[in-house]
Amino acid sequence: MGTLDANEAVASVAYRLNEFFAIYPITPSSAMAEFADEWAAAGKTNLWGAIPSVVEMQSEGGAAGALHGALLAGSMSASFTASQGLLLMIPNMYKIAGELIPFCLHVTARALATHALSIFGDHSDVMACRQTGFAMLAGGSVQEAQDTAVISQMVTLRSRVPFLHFFDGFRTSHEVSKIALLSDDDLRCLIDEDSIAANRARALTPDAPMIRGTAQNPDAFFQAREGCNTFYQELPRLVKEAMAAFAARTGRAYRPFDYEGARDAEHVVVIMGSGAEAVGETVGWLNANGAKTGVVKVRLYRPFSVEDFAAVLPKSVQSIAVLDRTKEPGALGEPVYLDVVGALRQADTAGWLSDTHRIRVIGGRYGLGSKEFTPAMVKAVFEELVKASPRQEFTVGIQDDVTGLSLAYDPEFEVVPPGMKQAVFFGLGSDGTVGANKNSIKIIGEGTDNFAQGYFVYDSKKAGAMTVSHLRFGPTPIRSTYLIRSAEFVACHRFDLLHQINVLDYAKPGGIFLLNSPGDPLTAWQQLPRELQEQIIDKKLSFYAIDASTVARDVGMAGRINTIMQTCYFAISGVLEKEEAIAAIKYAIKKTYGKRGDAVVQRNYEAVDRTLENLVKIDYPATPTSSVRLSAIVPENAPDFVKRVTAVMLGGKGDLLPVSAFPVDGVWPTGTTQWEKRNIAEEIPVWESDLCIQCNKCSMVCPHAAIRPKVFTPGCLTGAPLTFKSTEFKARDYPGLSYALQVAPEDCTGCQLCVQVCPAKDKSNPSRKALNMVPQLPLRDAERDNFAFFLKLPDPDRAMLRDDVKTTQFMRPLFEFSGACAGCGETPYLKLLTQMFGDRLLIANATGCSSIYGGNLPTTPYTTDACGRGPAWANSLFEDNAEFGLGFRASLDQSKIFAEILLRGQAKLLGDDLVTAITSADQTNEAGIEAQRARVIALRAALAGQTTRDARTLVQIADYLVDKSVWVIGGDGWAYDIGFGGLDHVIASGKNINILVLDTEVYSNTGGQQSKSTPLGAVAKFSMAGKSLPKKDLGLIATTYGSVYVARIALGAKDGHAVSVFREAESYVGPSLIIAYSHCVAHGYSLSQGLEQQKRAVACGYWPLFRFDPRRAEKGENPMKLDSSAPKGLLTDFTRNETRFQMLERINPERSAMLQKLAAASVKERFEHYQQMAASRETPPSETPTSNT
Amino acid sequence: MELSTTYLGLPLKNPLMPGASPMAHKLDTVRRLEDAGAAAIMMHSLFEEQITNQQLAEFAHTEFSADSSSEASSYFPRMEDYALGPDRYLEQISRIKEAVNIPVIGSLNGISMGGWTDHARLIQEAGADALELNVYYVATNPNESGTEVEKRTLDILEAVKASVTIPIAVKLSSYFSSPGHFAKQLDSSGAAGVVMFNRFYQPDIHIEELEATPHLELSNSTELRQRLRWIAIIHGHIKADIALSGGVHSFEDIIKGIMVGANVVQVVSTLLKNGPEHLTGLLTDLNRWMEEHEYESIDQMRGSMSLAHCPDPSVYERANYLRVLQLWKV
Repeated sequence: MGTLDANEAVASVAYRLNEFFAIYPITPSSAMAEFADEWAAAGKTNLWGAIPSVVEMQSEGGAAGALHGALLAGSMSASFTASQGLLLMIPNMYKIAGELIPFCLHVTARALATHALSIFGDHSDVMACRQTGFAMLAGGSVQEAQDTAVISQMVTLRSRVPFLHFFDGFRTSHEVSKIALLSDDDLRCLIDEDSIAANRARALTPDAPMIRGTAQNPDAFFQAREGCNTFYQELPRLVKEAMAAFAARTGRAYRPFDYEGARDAEHVVVIMGSGAEAVGETVGWLNANGAKTGVVKVRLYRPFSVEDFAAVLPKSVQSIAVLDRTKEPGALGEPVYLDVVGALRQADTAGWLSDTHRIRVIGGRYGLGSKEFTPAMVKAVFEELVKASPRQEFTVGIQDDVTGLSLAYDPEFEVVPPGMKQAVFFGLGSDGTVGANKNSIKIIGEGTDNFAQGYFVYDSKKAGAMTVSHLRFGPTPIRSTYLIRSAEFVACHRFDLLHQINVLDYAKPGGIFLLNSPGDPLTAWQQLPRELQEQIIDKKLSFYAIDASTVARDVGMAGRINTIMQTCYFAISGVLEKEEAIAAIKYAIKKTYGKRGDAVVQRNYEAVDRTLENLVKIDYPATPTSSVRLSAIVPENAPDFVKRVTAVMLGGKGDLLPVSAFPVDGVWPTGTTQWEKRNIAEEIPVWESDLCIQCNKCSMVCPHAAIRPKVFTPGCLTGAPLTFKSTEFKARDYPGLSYALQVAPEDCTGCQLCVQVCPAKDKSNPSRKALNMVPQLPLRDAERDNFAFFLKLPDPDRAMLRDDVKTTQFMRPLFEFSGACAGCGETPYLKLLTQMFGDRLLIANATGCSSIYGGNLPTTPYTTDACGRGPAWANSLFEDNAEFGLGFRASLDQSKIFAEILLRGQAKLLGDDLVTAITSADQTNEAGIEAQRARVIALRAALAGQTTRDARTLVQIADYLVDKSVWVIGGDGWAYDIGFGGLDHVIASGKNINILVLDTEVYSNTGGQQSKSTPLGAVAKFSMAGKSLPKKDLGLIATTYGSVYVARIALGAKDGHAVSVFREAESYVGPSLIIAYSHCVAHGYSLSQGLEQQKRAVACGYWPLFRFDPRRAEKGENPMKLDSSAPKGLLTDFTRNETRFQMLERINPERSAMLQKLAAASVKERFEHYQQMAASRETPPSETPTSNT
Repeated sequence: MELSTTYLGLPLKNPLMPGASPMAHKLDTVRRLEDAGAAAIMMHSLFEEQITNQQLAEFAHTEFSADSSSEASSYFPRMEDYALGPDRYLEQISRIKEAVNIPVIGSLNGISMGGWTDHARLIQEAGADALELNVYYVATNPNESGTEVEKRTLDILEAVKASVTIPIAVKLSSYFSSPGHFAKQLDSSGAAGVVMFNRFYQPDIHIEELEATPHLELSNSTELRQRLRWIAIIHGHIKADIALSGGVHSFEDIIKGIMVGANVVQVVSTLLKNGPEHLTGLLTDLNRWMEEHEYESIDQMRGSMSLAHCPDPSVYERANYLRVLQLWKV
């Protein structure tokens, strides 16, 4: 037995049975590819003693092409993907199936992006592959996912039909469960070597040449396409044979369709995937309570074997509910439903079933985007089935108050098998709660006879993310494929979470509540909000408290409370004997962290030892005593939508919102992060106005717009809170003004970048700067009021905006309080962008970190200025972002042209002066923009009351006469890899588009996989042995067009340069490409040092700053300007501070030394190349941009 | 001329060896040192901070961001299935041991009890013939007594001794109140040698940035005097061998070191400045001088100018101080 998640279990099977993997990261399948890559790097062999080759491609489309090639050339190949990635593979899937090539693609089924992106599980991706000719086999649990993976491989080899093997994203892929593992011997026994030999014999080889991929004419195509039929006819038999062989070997029996329930069932649910487990569990309960129900679990979905379906369907069935985890708008029903309806008809005709016309079949949707699917919902489906006139089409799990399709269900209904214990843990991402719980599951799973299950839920923030761990264990296999509703044990690992979510809603009466409570644990009761005290009393909970944060700090592991809270869990819950539990925890610590070094192990041991003496059981009174109340989730002055919808989602009750609460087309209001006060910083900066030199660098580098300067007339201070600080504005050009620097205390993440960059020190005590970190809690209330007052101070006139750091920071940031990591290296660029051009900005955002912190609900950070203008933001896909932005530009240009045509048509009415002024306006600066806006107001005033179509149309589109700034934004995964083709095309288009690449040098959002931007010598996922080639020089490539403005910037190294580049890029009437160095958690160091690292990167020549401006070439000057001075120091001055480079030194010092040497040479060579370019008098060929606004 | 001596129980062909320095980083340099006549190879120091801080930092930088997001359970590859290579330091000991025919002494630098002391065992297993324990400590806590500092050092020695069988020398700082007494305690606790003294990294001040900056300069001969005095005082009071470290730049410096009682003399700065081959010159000059002055062996010279044997011991004592001051007056 082993305790692991389905991704690992499936990857293990695939790895051992294949020779070649072409991979590309996509949630939730990435972990499978990562395992394959890591195992290959570690020299693990497949079943035949060879180390499989693993190649990361530039996209899933690329991976599919590589796979197709490898398969044709004879290698057993496999891959892993999901969602949009699967869609990109579809063209090759048709080819692979059409050519009858054995192949197994493992898919973590995930929603497709429609009205919104969802990384979560449903079947819309796999359902989009029904026509490809792939066989489709589903696993509904971790055990089944592993088992069906090998069955898929067995059958594809024998049948030659490729398999899409799938299991539910997250619910199965990420569930940790105790399962029976398949040994190498099992696999050897099950895989047919003759089929492998036959496959090899079909390989494309010049030794026995043949041709594939011909083009066929009408005389041949159709017949040849029909030639594969027998392979599909044979397939169900081969699947059954493989399943029988599998059962003989392992004792676990599967069939193309499995039935569970009463043999004389009258009402049956047909379902595929993990939901079948919840249905099976509920059927057991219902039948034990007198019902006659059953469930047909679809395993082999394609080809759909009517005979096998008919064989398992009880003859007694009267009604069937088919549940689909996908949506096909406009269809008669969803795919499985239609298949079942068709199957009944065909079964009748074939004589396998009779009188099927009397069976009522209804179809319902459930679980889209990982929506919960619980026994309560299953019960509701069966209740619908027994009705005289059940709904033909329904949904379950939501409240559809628009079309009334949803079934009502009793949320209190639960099916908890005897002996099952449940626990829920609320923690923060960074505190290690999830990791510790994964360990706990292994301890229980592997240290006892119990079965165990763990499932982990994260919020969508990257900084201070809340995690909820759901742990179950019990004497029988756990089939509960849904979250825990009421637990015997509830732990809250961070006190502040009590105000965000009611954790005690999850507590079962008589259960245990464990709280990490700051300060003396004996004061924990009094610190609790009254509402929670009431719940503890009402539910008669046993209440334990510990100041885990202090214990962690004392053992030198500040912020890392996981081991402490895990020890508490075992000490209190009685899952294991205390001594046994502590030994098991220590064993797990050694196993988990042993390779991290003894220091790590010892600190964790010490944490365990110190825990029990600090854990306190709290006696509490019979009545609540607290005067503290749970605070409102959003303030009273929040907009109506925020109060009605956003606040509910923030409170963790979004599932309760009805359909009518949501926009129908994915359009959401912007500027909602301002209503979400997260209070995640333990310390915030405090301003010392006497020391401050008013450079505004703190504001410039703040990733969350949580520290802001303003200048204003002293009169504005009337009514200021007593603690509000301001001082005289130190600027000769603006005498008599006041200056304030204000922190948003509840939005600051405590990253310290502002303190790090602050240059002002107390001359008598240099440890005191103009900004110093201090505990947030004592300041929270006062600073909240101060920030509110600060926001009301007038924003400065944008006409004062100059291209320097200081004045840009007086402009209101229109990107604020995002969910990006504390200390994020990307978001300062975005904030600056909105400060400079936010009121006329359209952003096309590639999928990735910037689309998640930029557009992941419940709240979003792009906001508006006092006039209601602000960035308009949209995300299309990962791969198409440059093209998406090109569409923006084309549309804006077209609208402007049309507006000008209409404008000229109204010249008589408006007067030539106004028309000419508008059409020839200089809009290259803030004053010009403002003047044009004033003209448009005048235009509208002049046209008021006009009734002609042209006049009315002009009034509608007149704003297009004011220039808009189009920015295409994404990370290096997009720009260097998956979106490079589009990016290249767009910069070659000559269109007036600005492209900002936030270069973290890895795929950050999916967890640090290498991109072509990853530097030589760095360790990343998919580059475990250290990248052996230099990063692609995207900037240099772009300069070769001669018509593209190209710049490389690093805000932390030269902030003024970044400001100038933004201005120049925006003003260039043509394509601009800015590559912005962005430090990232995936680099492996404290991001508070991110700015210093940027300086080092620039100083040693690793990240040369330059500007290539075609306008200079037009003037006969060299377009290339190198803005970095000659490298000082060594490359290692930069690399030695980052784990991504240091890791290799630990793993393989020789290779590390060799790569560092190569890297240094490469950096030197590149810098010299830039120097030559910049020194050259000759100008490269230049083309004038062919199009402009 | 008999230049041979013993140190930490190891027979050495002469009393001259490079001290702990980056010279051991490169195999080529190590071979050149041997060719130049070095009696032993002293490894550079493996720092406690290097061991524990690196482990903890790597842990923090990889683990603290893990399991925080639905899309990224981690930001670095998992280490479990990757065969971590042996520590570079240990590997270097093995390589050096294979490359040279002279003893190799490991150097472990730390100030607290803990897992890092396990590295002593690993250093031994890597092939080191002896270990120099560098207890580099700056007592920044005014509430900590000298006795506590001494006790911790003795505890560390005890812990390291318990994990190895090779001889251990303890490298001291010059800031103990009674270096002689402490050396005796180390002697009683089983130290096979004491090395006098450590050279502290003295921070500099950046007057523009108002920052203290780490700084290390190569030694000069004036630093030798302090070592000479204390070795002269201690010689004869302990069984443990004595190594002089710091300020040795000329053959005369070597002679002085031996005369006050050092078994060996460690040289770093002058070799860093002039290259490993400079060591040959020092040995040649030493040999020549001894011949000229009709010395038969190093043993004959050792301790001749110690406090016990020196014709005018008062120069090592307080009287010397008074006299120097009076000379200034004149």
